[in-house]
Amino acid sequence: MIEDIELEVFINDVYEYYGFDFGNYSRASLKRRVNRIYQLDGLVNFYEFLSKVKYNPEYFKKVIDEITVNVTEMFRDPSFYKVVRNEILPLLATKPFIRLWHAGCSTGEEVYSMAILLKEAGLLHKSLLYATDINSQVLETAKKGIFPLRMMKEYSINYRDSGGEEDFSNYYIANYGNAKFSEELISRMVFSQHNLVSDTSFNEFDMILCRNVLIYFDNDLQKKAIQLFDESLSFFGFLALGTKETIKYSIPQNRYKQVQKEKIWRKVQ
Amino acid sequence: MISNCKIIIIGGSAGSLQVLMDILPLIPKTDSFAIVIVLHRRASDDLTLEELIKVKANIPVKIIEDKISFKPGYLYVAPANYHLLFEKNGTIALDTSGKVNFSRPSIDVSFESVSEIYGNTVIGILLSGSNTDGTEGLKAIQKAGGLVIVQDPISAEMPFMPKNAIQNITPDYVLNPQEILDFILLINKI
Repeated sequence: MIEDIELEVFINDVYEYYGFDFGNYSRASLKRRVNRIYQLDGLVNFYEFLSKVKYNPEYFKKVIDEITVNVTEMFRDPSFYKVVRNEILPLLATKPFIRLWHAGCSTGEEVYSMAILLKEAGLLHKSLLYATDINSQVLETAKKGIFPLRMMKEYSINYRDSGGEEDFSNYYIANYGNAKFSEELISRMVFSQHNLVSDTSFNEFDMILCRNVLIYFDNDLQKKAIQLFDESLSFFGFLALGTKETIKYSIPQNRYKQVQKEKIWRKVQ
Repeated sequence: MISNCKIIIIGGSAGSLQVLMDILPLIPKTDSFAIVIVLHRRASDDLTLEELIKVKANIPVKIIEDKISFKPGYLYVAPANYHLLFEKNGTIALDTSGKVNFSRPSIDVSFESVSEIYGNTVIGILLSGSNTDGTEGLKAIQKAGGLVIVQDPISAEMPFMPKNAIQNITPDYVLNPQEILDFILLINKI
């Protein structure tokens, strides 16, 4: 187990050597994950770990992978997708062109989920899904659209619970334990590296999804990220967060209207 | 030890809900400690567990959201599909990283986190279940000076989880549900 002060040294050195700033990350979770790497690798000396992080970029990639939490799934929280399907997409349908941004998309499962919803609503051809993450490695996975076949049973249940009526297996080709999702979905996606801590707004969007990313940030950084989303959202655009996250403390309440009980807010002024 | 308790944290899996339903109605409101419940539950189980506990408990239930403050006098339930962690500044943190012991929320994760922040003011209770979750967490609570209670496996619907704990650590008490209740009623009163 590392000490609090060691965690701070780690954060400083990572910033100095690689430019990733974890200074405003929530400590409880960050510490747990640094500890995990530390234990998994059987390290006993913190400074040995630290020099490995600093001087071995390949090892650092592994560390980044672990501490940025890349656990995600397709149609996570089916009731959320149901509301998107039934309430949000009909409103976006009137637009000539629909821009969406998945901020912190990880390996892309939620981006593919959204693309499937857009396709079923007949909107995919006029939509563009921007998907960004701080971690360039996960974006490589996301771009390929290849996910473990063993997950498909669970995902197809989620899909059905979200109101999906098609045969979920129509969206991918099964091959050697993998499920490769269709090119039609991938062709409407743009992947790029973007850091919510340090990068600015890069476009205007009709919907921004950032689910279960802000829980890893402290209050200051949350506020900053939500301001960035606010700047990047068109009027009457939608902001979607994770089921336990809120914009309540970051932005004046009268500017956004919550959609039902879901963590989706519409920019109204 | 039981005069400076700030947190009772209870972990359970299969067979533990009934124990909670039996003892929670008999614990009066208090300002002296908080109760945290970490149960293995389905990922899609939205707030049904919270609603169920709300009906039974006298202590008011605070629904957990990211970064809410953690205070005595309230009951908190680890949300479905998140690990529940504690921050130094007295708030609650959530985490969606991988399952631990096939579970999210994991009892070990919350127990370890609470012991790190609240040390010897923690009482950890492990109830019925058929998983190994909780044992490492109890170890951490004990190491940090907290007190550890394990449900007597004979009284547990699923004895595996408490048994696993008893085989790997020496709990301060091994109690049946009635004795657990009696113990809780004496906390901070002596």
